[in-house]
Amino acid sequence: MGYVAVKGGSDAIHEAKKLVEFYRLKEASSPLEIQQIRSQLRLAVDKVMGEGSLYSPEYAAIALKQSEGEVFEAAFILRAFRTTLRRRFYSEPLNTREMFVKRKISASFREIPGGQILGPTRDYTQRILDTAKATEKIEDIKAFLEQFGALADKDRLQEPRSFDKVIDRLLEEGLLKPVDPREDRTLMDITREAIKFPAPRSARLQMMARAETGGLMTMGYSSMRGFGSVHPTVGELRYGHVAVRVKDPSGRVRYIGHVEVTEVEMISSVSHSKKNAIPQYTIGYGLCFGQNDTKAICMGILDTSMRTEDPTAPANDQEFVLNHTEGIEGMGFTNHLKLPHYVTFQSGLSNIREAIRRNRAKASIGKPFAKDQSGN
Amino acid sequence: MRNRTDDNWLLRVRHLTKIYGEPDEHTLERTGPAHNSNICPETQSIVACAEIGFDLYPGEVLGIVGESGSGKTTVVRMLYFDVEKTSGAAWLRPYRNAAVNYLEESNQKKRFIRNHLMGMVYQNPRDGLNFRFSSGGNIAENLIMAGHMHVGAMRDRSSQLLIKTEVPITRMDDQPGSFSGGMQQRVQISKAIANNPPLLFLDEVTSGLDVSVQARVLDLVRELQRELGIAMIVVSHDLSVIRMLTDRTLVMKHGRIVESGLTDQVLQDPQHEYTQLLVSSQL
Amino acid sequence: MLTNNKYSNRYNFAFIDESTKKEIRRKLLKAVAIPGHQVPYSSPEMPISRGWGTGGLHVTLAVIGREDIFKIIDQGSDASVNACNLREFVETMTGVRTTFDTAEATLIQTRHRITEEELQEDQIFIYQVPMPEPLRLVEPYEIKTKQMHAEGDYAKMWVYLYESYVRYNGIMLGADYPVKVNGRYIMAPSPIPKWDIPNLDNSKALHLFGAGREKRLYAVPPYCRVEPLEFEDIQFDIEHFSGKSCYRTGYQMAFLDELYFDDYSKHFVINDSNFMDKISSKNFARQHSNKYINALK
Repeated sequence: MGYVAVKGGSDAIHEAKKLVEFYRLKEASSPLEIQQIRSQLRLAVDKVMGEGSLYSPEYAAIALKQSEGEVFEAAFILRAFRTTLRRRFYSEPLNTREMFVKRKISASFREIPGGQILGPTRDYTQRILDTAKATEKIEDIKAFLEQFGALADKDRLQEPRSFDKVIDRLLEEGLLKPVDPREDRTLMDITREAIKFPAPRSARLQMMARAETGGLMTMGYSSMRGFGSVHPTVGELRYGHVAVRVKDPSGRVRYIGHVEVTEVEMISSVSHSKKNAIPQYTIGYGLCFGQNDTKAICMGILDTSMRTEDPTAPANDQEFVLNHTEGIEGMGFTNHLKLPHYVTFQSGLSNIREAIRRNRAKASIGKPFAKDQSGN
Repeated sequence: MRNRTDDNWLLRVRHLTKIYGEPDEHTLERTGPAHNSNICPETQSIVACAEIGFDLYPGEVLGIVGESGSGKTTVVRMLYFDVEKTSGAAWLRPYRNAAVNYLEESNQKKRFIRNHLMGMVYQNPRDGLNFRFSSGGNIAENLIMAGHMHVGAMRDRSSQLLIKTEVPITRMDDQPGSFSGGMQQRVQISKAIANNPPLLFLDEVTSGLDVSVQARVLDLVRELQRELGIAMIVVSHDLSVIRMLTDRTLVMKHGRIVESGLTDQVLQDPQHEYTQLLVSSQL
Repeated sequence: MLTNNKYSNRYNFAFIDESTKKEIRRKLLKAVAIPGHQVPYSSPEMPISRGWGTGGLHVTLAVIGREDIFKIIDQGSDASVNACNLREFVETMTGVRTTFDTAEATLIQTRHRITEEELQEDQIFIYQVPMPEPLRLVEPYEIKTKQMHAEGDYAKMWVYLYESYVRYNGIMLGADYPVKVNGRYIMAPSPIPKWDIPNLDNSKALHLFGAGREKRLYAVPPYCRVEPLEFEDIQFDIEHFSGKSCYRTGYQMAFLDELYFDDYSKHFVINDSNFMDKISSKNFARQHSNKYINALK
């Protein structure tokens, strides 16, 4: 049984691997180009980068191709890849006030400095299935790009594209709750240290920045629907690219490139237990790679909800939110149920059979405190 | 009852104080019965109780009476470690022969004191019982915390206690959720006295119950006290409970003690105007 | 397109980078110094799914050397698919020799079983752990369980066992039965069956536990006291196979797997595949000995 069975197990997994590749390729359609995935499935790439915790559109595109479009799997591949990389620097904090803004909106004010810029969003389109997409040709694409390019107002191209934030106005007016001096401001690196609870805010934000979008959405949604105490408004949502800088060994700050991020500041009013306390606003912050409105908004909601005192709502409970929105861990553990558990099961069977045997033995003897039908 | 001398007390409390918020140096002066308020006008901090002091002797029953907001429950909660004190001290004779302020001991030592030397019965059974355990399991929890490890012996002890508190032993393996309020309180009492503690706290234990049920529970408490000789601190807003159970009484208002003495004297001949008001309105 | 030379050319020995290995080893030393105590660690992501053995893998890869001989089993079998996958990974990343022979191995990684064959002083036994926290049965919050361990406040766990006994006249815990280590910490031994628990006590080998997803390491050093939780009058017992025996060898004194054949007939077979091989080929294998197994004889 020994040797043959080992071959069997090994063989099975090798065959399964070949089969997976077969399923990916069996229609013999033309191979997807990484550039195509990167540019035409941009938002899937952004999601994979965000959950894979690595800013690399090319590698995220490869991962998507390798996993046949399964975003969990692709993010997992990217995370595993990330582990092989050496960390050379920690960047300087990103200054999103410098962001080259592609999209900037606020739900809290009608007019904001620089205006409401919708940017590339499907929010106000009608989601009608466009079957013409099935027969797109490269010529159509080129024609569209030419027409679109002609629309650009060349004089306006030189205008400044970075703007102050909406919350700067609130700050000036003294409407924002000042930073709590007792707040834990430890700057943790969750990829280097296990998170412990209660976690400092830096850890909570990092965990959420690479959390699974659907999981965050569930928790944020629950908070809004009544299983929570936070009633937020979008103070500002921005999407665009930001410069990344690091300090070189001599201490000089150097620009190394830029990344695209979505940033959200959610405004909520704080409830106070003290009488005559000044009502103020608190900001819930969200930031993630690429364009992902849903994730950034829910991060903002949850950042605030995890700082409220009311322990009852699941969205307020840091251990609940952070442990269970970790996509790679969640996918792994839920799926691990597929692993053989027959020994564990056998152990349980043994107990139950014993208990039944004891029960039958007891029924024939009679014992003190045995219950009759009416539970007495 | 023994003679009360200066060295045979069971529990001594001095200057026990609890303030919520951020007080300043005038907060205590600006709150209390003279000001008719617990809240400091300058800092908004709340003085739940301040400068509480008393001695309790073995086998003695002390009552603490007052309305809600008087701070009576806070005193007991601090002595039982449910609430962290702001300042003050308490010494327990059976704990290191009263050599240390036990309120400042480490968490582990506090648990030792709680498990071996004290019992607590809360107004709401949900505070004192674990509703996911059976009533026997609740009692076993206290026995286990005091180091007992024999299930048979623990079940015998639990049966004994349930009989003593008039809970049918056939319900020993049932969860308290299915019991009446009175029976839940009686299970709580069993649990609290499981390890024969020298000191028992009772915090408004009958306030949530029907009047007829109250009487039964109070009778039980009195019986147990007589039989076991446990010292008790009974917190209540109800003077008839105080009259029935206690030897001595503290009257509290807005966080301070306004009157203290033998229960009979305090009730028959109240000195402070607040006590007079209480007595005349209730009895 | 970015290129990453390290990734495309070769891997570091044992895949994990050196500073992470150092961190894991330091944490393991701490774990060995405080038997049964859970030590948090960075738990880097691996190309293996969380929940599928990353913790065991971290320990193996941190500890393995070129001269080691590596064995890996899952539910007692070297042949199990996940064990095969992990074996290939370790082989590729280290080039070490692998074996199915328990006696020959220097490092053994396991999912949910201890070998029937007795472990020796020069062996390290590494467990894949799904849930490192034994108190999770009675308390969902880590912030509380951490305090319970720190203060040795285990009453809730004991009451859980009491209630189980009272309801079913027996303690209904099976695999992953909680144990007390060195008289101090309550530990989750991973979902090994009760059959294996007595073999942890006073073992000659070093036992290391890795929970990758939950990011905790812990250890039981050699010759350490490990006691299953039991009351004075309600004692721990291993699984009984009520006189069943292995259909291949007739052997009775080992943990048996229940099998259903195509004709729906039920048979039992020794779970530990290497031990089975040795028994059926009449090769010598010194089995773990403990009072529970001895009582069966």
